[in-house]
Amino acid sequence: MKHIQTINKPTLQSSMKSGGCGECQASCQSACKTSCTVGNQVCERQSK
Amino acid sequence: MVAGIFFWTKGLIDIDRRIHKFRQGDAHILLDINSGAVHLVDQMIFDVMDLFDGSNDDDVRAELAERYSPAELDEALSELHELIDAQLLFAPEIDVPPTFKQSGIVKSLCLMVAQDCNLRCKYCFGDGGSYGARGLMSAEVGRAAVDFLIKKSINRRHCEIDFFGGEPLINMKTVKAVTQYVRAREIDSNKIFKLTLTTNGMLLNDGAIDWLNDNNISVVLSLDGRKEIHDAMRPDSTGRGSYDRARANFKRLVDSRGGSNYYLRGTYTRRNLDFTNDVLSLHDAGFDVLSVEPVVLKDSPLGFTSEDLPRIRDEYDRLTEAYLERRRAGRGFFFFHFNVDLSNGPCVAKRLSGCGAGHEYFAVDVNGDLYPCHQFVGREGYRLGSVFGGVDDPRGLQDYFRRSHVLNKPKCRECWARFYCSGGCHANADLFNGDIRQPYEVGCEIQKKRLECAIYVQAVVGRVD
Repeated sequence: MKHIQTINKPTLQSSMKSGGCGECQASCQSACKTSCTVGNQVCERQSK
Repeated sequence: MVAGIFFWTKGLIDIDRRIHKFRQGDAHILLDINSGAVHLVDQMIFDVMDLFDGSNDDDVRAELAERYSPAELDEALSELHELIDAQLLFAPEIDVPPTFKQSGIVKSLCLMVAQDCNLRCKYCFGDGGSYGARGLMSAEVGRAAVDFLIKKSINRRHCEIDFFGGEPLINMKTVKAVTQYVRAREIDSNKIFKLTLTTNGMLLNDGAIDWLNDNNISVVLSLDGRKEIHDAMRPDSTGRGSYDRARANFKRLVDSRGGSNYYLRGTYTRRNLDFTNDVLSLHDAGFDVLSVEPVVLKDSPLGFTSEDLPRIRDEYDRLTEAYLERRRAGRGFFFFHFNVDLSNGPCVAKRLSGCGAGHEYFAVDVNGDLYPCHQFVGREGYRLGSVFGGVDDPRGLQDYFRRSHVLNKPKCRECWARFYCSGGCHANADLFNGDIRQPYEVGCEIQKKRLECAIYVQAVVGRVD
């Protein structure tokens, strides 16, 4: 494409069916811990 | 322009719920919210996306005829339709998927091994570490928490325990006893435990460092940045600054584990809105895995109001450029909030459940009582049960937390960042609005700006495929 460069290969839609195993790291949403914010996580399955 | 607005609002889809576009640095960025696709676009596409809803090509052509030639607009619209066909633009709305099970499975505990602290941080949310009831957790309570987690995690293999406080190293005896018990039960329960410990560093002597390394404990280390900022915010009980001791101990710990398995985290307040200097100071102090986050305080001169937002946004721009500059110079560092994985991020179910507080994640206080998370410890009405008897809350709060996901929060449903922040922190929402479904708005605005910077960073450094 000349005017658009897509920079990722998202999996959000496909994860509607395949996700939910719950094996990923817990993620603290607050300012007090750096456990993980959800958006910063990698899927435990895909990381293997 | 009137015609454009007419079709924009009357189009087949609600554009605001489908896309978010923004400028950051020299880039024009288009996010397709429901697919997670991120597109770098030129000025023409950026302008077209003010109007285009997927079905109104003629109106777009008419509206932009004075700025772009017909051939240019045809080209732009053709490319946008290509994205639509690939479900990378205006992807279907996401609803609660079947994979989001009705009841949560507990997988993570925060053990308040010491509701006591040797520092007196000015922004502490835990009443100087005591959470209203000073004390230390016994090994018996700690072991019962492990049993509770193993039982309630059912068939989930990965479990987590964070040793927290106050200052957990005050109660090393229980930390060691629980760790020993975890390692034994890991085998008979066929679980994999990840253990972390959050510390202010005051008690990190050689013995503690060796033990943490030998037992594969990940650490979160609290350092706020510049010495003068840290010392003003994090004095000990005598009023003496703690920077020099913390920094020296953290450096020995990090060096001893080869620079891995740690996070150095700081807090910025209204006092240091130039927090880029603190991030860089942490890096200059010899650390390269960093996180610096905004304080959350209500009715405090250190806390933020909406009036601070323009300054904070500007500072994130500054931090973004400083981050990229060091990276380009070959001495980059890892900044937690810029590390958004745009291709292999979490599934929808995870994005809904967020932190899991109150249903997948609990805090255990010194007596073994269960709370939705560490920040709720001691808050009236939020005790959910005990590690000895399990969750016994007749009000069904555990289920309420489970159902309080991002799509059940009215403001979050409309927000472009909903699948990245997952509805924000329940404890902060409760603190500011008395309602876990009504998010803390200043925090939301900071989060959104930080996300824009993160997406830009990912686009620029080309980490994604």
